[in-house]
Amino acid sequence: MRLGFATLLSVTLALAACQREERDTRPQSSLGSGGQPTPVTALEPGGQRPSPRDNKAASFEANAFHLSEGKRLFGWFNCSGCHANGGGGMGPALMDQKWIYGSSMESIHATIRDGRPNGMPSFRNMIPDDQIWELAAFVRSLSGNAPSSAAPQRNDGMMPHPSENRMPDAATLGKSP
Amino acid sequence: MKRLASMAFAAASVLSLQGCAGWQSALDPKGPAASELAWLIWFFTGLCAVVWVLVMIALAAPVLMRPPRRTEPLVLDAGADHRKLRVVAIAVGLTAAILVGLTLLSFFANRTLAAIGSDAALTIRVTGHQWWWEVRYEDATPSRILTTANEIHIPAGEPVRLLLTSTDVIHSFWVPSLAGKLDLIPGHINVLDIKADKPGTYRGQCAEFCGAQHANMGTFIIAEPRAKFDAWWNDQLQPAAPPTGDEAKAGADLFLKRPCVMCHKIGGTPAGGTVAPDLTHVASRRTLAAGSLTMSRGNLAAWIADPQGIKPGSHMPVVELNGDELNAIVAYLEGLK
Amino acid sequence: MSSADLTSERDLPPEREATAKGDVAPERDGPRDTGMDDASLHRWLARTWRTPPGIIGALSSVDHKVVARRYLITAFVFLCLGGLNAVAMRIQLSGPQRGLIGPDLYNQLFTMHGVTMMFLFAVPIVQATGIYLVPLMVGSRNIAFPRLNAFSYWIYVSGGLFAWVSFALSMAPDVGWFAYVPLSGPEFGPGKRADVWAQMITYTEVSSLAVAVATIVTVFKQRAPGMSLDKIPLYVWALLVTSFVVVFAMPAVMITSTFLILDRLVGTHIFNPAEGGDALLFQHLFWFFGHPEVYIIFLPATGMVSAIIPAFARRPAFGHLGLVLSLIAVGFLSFGLWVHHMFATGLPKLGASFFTASSMLIAIPNGVQIFCWLATLWDGRPVIRTPLLFVFGFFFIFVIGGLTGVMLASVPLDLQVHDTYFVVAHFHYVLIGGSVFPLLGAAYFWFPKITGRMMSERLGHWHFWLAFIGFNAAFFPMHLVGLWGMPRRVYTYPAELGWGNINLFITGGAVLFFLSFVLFTLNLVHGALKGAPAGDNPWDAGTLEWATSSPPPSYNFARIPIVTNVEPLWAEREVLPVATGLRVDVRELLISTVAEAHPDIREKSATPSIWPLFAAIAVGGTFLYSIFTPWAIVWGAAPIAITLIGWFWPKDTPEDEE
Repeated sequence: MRLGFATLLSVTLALAACQREERDTRPQSSLGSGGQPTPVTALEPGGQRPSPRDNKAASFEANAFHLSEGKRLFGWFNCSGCHANGGGGMGPALMDQKWIYGSSMESIHATIRDGRPNGMPSFRNMIPDDQIWELAAFVRSLSGNAPSSAAPQRNDGMMPHPSENRMPDAATLGKSP
Repeated sequence: MKRLASMAFAAASVLSLQGCAGWQSALDPKGPAASELAWLIWFFTGLCAVVWVLVMIALAAPVLMRPPRRTEPLVLDAGADHRKLRVVAIAVGLTAAILVGLTLLSFFANRTLAAIGSDAALTIRVTGHQWWWEVRYEDATPSRILTTANEIHIPAGEPVRLLLTSTDVIHSFWVPSLAGKLDLIPGHINVLDIKADKPGTYRGQCAEFCGAQHANMGTFIIAEPRAKFDAWWNDQLQPAAPPTGDEAKAGADLFLKRPCVMCHKIGGTPAGGTVAPDLTHVASRRTLAAGSLTMSRGNLAAWIADPQGIKPGSHMPVVELNGDELNAIVAYLEGLK
Repeated sequence: MSSADLTSERDLPPEREATAKGDVAPERDGPRDTGMDDASLHRWLARTWRTPPGIIGALSSVDHKVVARRYLITAFVFLCLGGLNAVAMRIQLSGPQRGLIGPDLYNQLFTMHGVTMMFLFAVPIVQATGIYLVPLMVGSRNIAFPRLNAFSYWIYVSGGLFAWVSFALSMAPDVGWFAYVPLSGPEFGPGKRADVWAQMITYTEVSSLAVAVATIVTVFKQRAPGMSLDKIPLYVWALLVTSFVVVFAMPAVMITSTFLILDRLVGTHIFNPAEGGDALLFQHLFWFFGHPEVYIIFLPATGMVSAIIPAFARRPAFGHLGLVLSLIAVGFLSFGLWVHHMFATGLPKLGASFFTASSMLIAIPNGVQIFCWLATLWDGRPVIRTPLLFVFGFFFIFVIGGLTGVMLASVPLDLQVHDTYFVVAHFHYVLIGGSVFPLLGAAYFWFPKITGRMMSERLGHWHFWLAFIGFNAAFFPMHLVGLWGMPRRVYTYPAELGWGNINLFITGGAVLFFLSFVLFTLNLVHGALKGAPAGDNPWDAGTLEWATSSPPPSYNFARIPIVTNVEPLWAEREVLPVATGLRVDVRELLISTVAEAHPDIREKSATPSIWPLFAAIAVGGTFLYSIFTPWAIVWGAAPIAITLIGWFWPKDTPEDEE
């Protein structure tokens, strides 16, 4: 009985943990480069077109290490200069559920890589691709879209908002009017 | 036991010859603080060795002297026990006396250490980062404040005050041949005074576990005569040397268009990142990546091409560059004397 | 051997027992051991005290010997796992710039090594030895709170499983066994690795607190009649003092790890300097536990030394009172010197000097112990058997460790050697020399009692010399390499620093030391299967555990012995006087007074129950879940409450007979 309990426990943990705890610091080009063009909008006459999936999105968005690296880079690259600590300033807020260009990892990645109209610069060539994915994953966690077991915890600094792992569930955050 | 002791002693003496070459050794002091400490280490070691030998003799005595074996466990010789009590009491008294002596000795040694830097004229702020050292020379004139990384030049024969703090986790600054270690703690500023008796290069490294690359967080203290030190300071205050040659010029251009510029600073250019080591005079340093590699064109290229192979987990990312781009950037950096 | 003997010969008041009996209505009373013949007494007691058959029965066992055996085997498994970690690390360090193990794995390896050795091996195994021996040595039939004791084992196993399953999932803590913030804090410790550290501590602390409480009550209230405070064996004294240290030290670390979890999970700012917290607070809290922890591991080992030396020196320990007072002094002082782990943090110099003095001070009671043992050995030629060999090894190694400890106590000197391999050498000399060598001696010493068979002396001698040489070859050079500037916890080092050869030598020693444990395992297995039958008292030792058969029956003693001397078996060569009057159809213990050990009342001892296991599963599950959400405490409370209700459900039996 104990054995069964332990097995069950470890299987459950294994499934949750293997994605969450890996710490890869070298680019994994086998997962896809993120090089494909991402459309500016998912809107299309006659409905929505499926947004392209990138394997890297899946491997980055639930990984605790990548999320925390994204958080570090968010500060290092001065994203706060326009987006404040996610609350928005010159640039749009990132900790709500309003997404101008889509909420998927791929869309956010494209936004950082290629820039967007009205001021978002392109960081193509300025930030290595993996780091862009890390930033994208972190940006999603700002609005509670990352699993709370992997999302970054509070930082050692003044806290402008609840830490990412304590964000309210994405569904309860403010929606677009 | 004797066999082992002699074996250990032989091994130790062979190995200690090797250790003398160390430029990061507490037993090879090059400054007043480390000399005081080395003396203290030898004194304690000698005294402890004597105590240990005495205890071992006391332990071996009943085995070697082969007194008769006791037969009736509860039949005790009261007189003998009384004499033993006296011996034990004397031994405890001696222990206490030795310990009091050692306590006083370390108290006064502490005072000696504290006095070394009381008249320090030069203040250097050392900030720990995962996994490198930011070094800032303080000066009353703002334009003379100098920021560099990983290597600390000091004037030989003069006490220097280091202000130690950290921006991330706890590190510990330790250059054994000059002084004992002191932690760099976020939210605290610790003061460590060091002094090198003679010009020379002294290696140190982080001594408090600080994450993935704790092992490769080295630093160098380079003690120079005062005039040379002043000249070095003046040189370092200059903006970066402009690139010479087409390749280096292309490299300077690429530096600004590639991820390098996001983190690193090169004085006199738009590159102004402060989260990674200042590269304004990177080629004038002896090592790269916090003491991991000696400075050379090949090592520069290796470090830029595969930082995660050399220091896995460090914050320097792998940047996709083709061969020409890599060569150009290396040529540029190599010129930043 | 009847109670009539007592009244006539012994200065003990068994009358009180008799009057107590008289008050009880006869129909609520059962058969007593008074005047019962040996065979029927054995039948009664064996039936009353047996562990029920079957798997459920085995899981329900509350026999202190069964629980202790499980503890010992589990802790030994963890010792081997921790040893494998160490060998892996040594192979990586055998040369400069080895690429066998990367930093990510290496950091997990040394953390798991430290955590396993401290929390899953050292503390549990010294407590387990106590669980086995203390009730026997004080002449009782079971430990106090036997179900709590069983519970503690299950919690301990869950904690160990939790840590090692995490390691298998690459989720093991990688922040060192003392897990300083901010490195283990929310910002720099992504994922659940540091939470695993923090919560694993909670499991093991709950378990050792439970054992400590049980030990204290056993020693204070369940001693055989006549075992007044001055006649308590030194080993039992050591366990008693250790248990008090556990009770006062463990809460500090539980608070530390809980604060850490709160910071990480709930977002409190206890260790955040920017919001008014302080990273150094963690170190103070941790080492307030961390230093006594060393003595929690060391003091029981001194008890073992105090038990082994008299048996082979053929006389009672010299300076019994001095040894007891030293134990107590060490227990007290161990709480007053935690700051010597923090001299390099830049504390005020005068304050630090105070802790130099207090750290030096603790060397005095330890010195008293060493001198008293030596004086015990001086009286005659000791009988040199494997247990005593390990005690000699203990002297050789531990005295070096103690003396380097004196060096570390000095503030200025510590600044050079703190966090270097010198410290690594020091604490391995103290912990392996001071605790593992006595433990190995104790294993040879008490193995016959536990299994009824002797271990091989020949293999034992081989084992000792291999362990002794391997240990010193592995750890003595570390002093040097530390002074040459090698910090601890580095996964590699540059070739130009010249540490390569000495590290290769160290690795060789470490492999030898590991092999000595392979030999030990062989000896254990061989001894358990084919060892010569031991008899009740193979060493002709004097304490009560040797009075019963080997292995002891489930009820330990057919009749409760009466103690007249600190070494009762030496004082009563012919036959031990006994006290009678206990019921044999229910589990009854004789409770005695704290100071004089006069028989006081008869008390029921808990019967086997599966509920401690269920409670441990509920508690363990709650701890596990609580690294993911603080709500685990709320949701986990329900199953814990249910299992506790089951555990304490009133039985249809009279509560107390007095």
